[in-house]
Amino acid sequence: MISVNNLQKTYGVISALKGLHFEISKGEFVLIFGPNGAGKSTLLKILSTILAPTEGEVYIDDINIYKNSHEIRSRIGFVSHEPFLYENLSALENLVFFAGLYNVDNPLNKAKEILETLQLDARENELVRNYSRGMKQRVALARALIHEPDILYLDEPFSGLDLLGTSIITNILKNLKAQGKTILMSTHSFDDCADLAHRILLLINGEIAFMTSDVNKDHFKQKYLELVSINN
Amino acid sequence: MKTIISIVRKDFISEFRSRDMFISMFTFSLIIIFVFNLVLDLTSNIKNIVSPAVLWITFLFSGSIGLSRSYSLEKESEAIKGLLLAPVDRSLIYMGKFFSNLIFLLIIEIITIPIFIILFNYDFSIKIIEIMLVIFLGTIGFSSVGTLFSAISLNTRLREVLLPILYFPIIIPVLLNAVRITRSLLSGESLSSNSSSLQVLIAFDIIFLSAGILLYEYVIEES
Repeated sequence: MISVNNLQKTYGVISALKGLHFEISKGEFVLIFGPNGAGKSTLLKILSTILAPTEGEVYIDDINIYKNSHEIRSRIGFVSHEPFLYENLSALENLVFFAGLYNVDNPLNKAKEILETLQLDARENELVRNYSRGMKQRVALARALIHEPDILYLDEPFSGLDLLGTSIITNILKNLKAQGKTILMSTHSFDDCADLAHRILLLINGEIAFMTSDVNKDHFKQKYLELVSINN
Repeated sequence: MKTIISIVRKDFISEFRSRDMFISMFTFSLIIIFVFNLVLDLTSNIKNIVSPAVLWITFLFSGSIGLSRSYSLEKESEAIKGLLLAPVDRSLIYMGKFFSNLIFLLIIEIITIPIFIILFNYDFSIKIIEIMLVIFLGTIGFSSVGTLFSAISLNTRLREVLLPILYFPIIIPVLLNAVRITRSLLSGESLSSNSSSLQVLIAFDIIFLSAGILLYEYVIEES
């Protein structure tokens, strides 16, 4: 279980997150929505340990993620709208490199296997630099899954993707959900992934406006527009 | 050790594909040496005084280009964040980047030395082994400080400008002592007559390598 207590992040005088409290159960798929600048990316960066909070704590199964960051990093995968890949390496080389950092057994086989699942095996030896945005995003997902994490954070994984790219990633997310992975994803593509979610968290100006398990698209859209227009 | 080797290997494959860093560093080294050689009419009296400084300034400037480029590769597609997400000690990432930079700088320096010898009319019987030892120690200093300060400047908008501003003042003790020892060796003196300068170089290397290992964790994190 992920437990977030009084999480705050300030950049100078700007408060990006203002004391968030929430919990996510094992195997839950939670969508984070919010207008631009609401603090979605900051929240996911903090949860994935690449950004330190100004105040507050995050626990995964009662383990403080900052005091035990090594242990936690081996349990989480993070996909951002930036792929976090080396452009002058091929997809296979990237994955073998990252698999090595995670001490994955037989990194080459594991990398090939995951590239096949993501339908990238035919172009596994091409440089990432030459990939389309959608292909880079699939390799980024492969990078995040190479060590078989039980928690996956995704920060706008559909941004800039075409229909095919969105569909491939959505199918993979469905499989991961079925495998019982805990998934926290921020997105603006509500219609593409509302069906996947167990719960929706709406962030506005660094605060939780509401968190609901009612994933009815019409209800959510109506409430979202109401709250966002009030706050603007 | 496996992590360090992986990072060095990754940097080499990446650089071998683009060759951006090697080409820019080597071209820059050549230009500096040629320009100094043309503008300074060096008689034998002052040659041994001026030429070691030219050599080390060449190494310093071309090295700063290499250090800056080395982190540009990490910043491209935010690959550094993929590295930071992995369950590896930050000190190992520092050591990996340090060794990559050290090897890149040494390669350029080894290529530059014969050009320097020819252009400045030295013969190849100079104390090349001793000079290479000084270059090795000086380059450890360049790489240890440069790797740390490149990481500091990584998350800033003006990183290309900030790196030399931070890097050059700190590296002055290495530069002064390396020039002093090289000058002495080119004048035919022995390495043992420069033991105090040699000790400063070694001490600097140990201090900044240790500082890099200890501080990298704090400078590389996004704040």
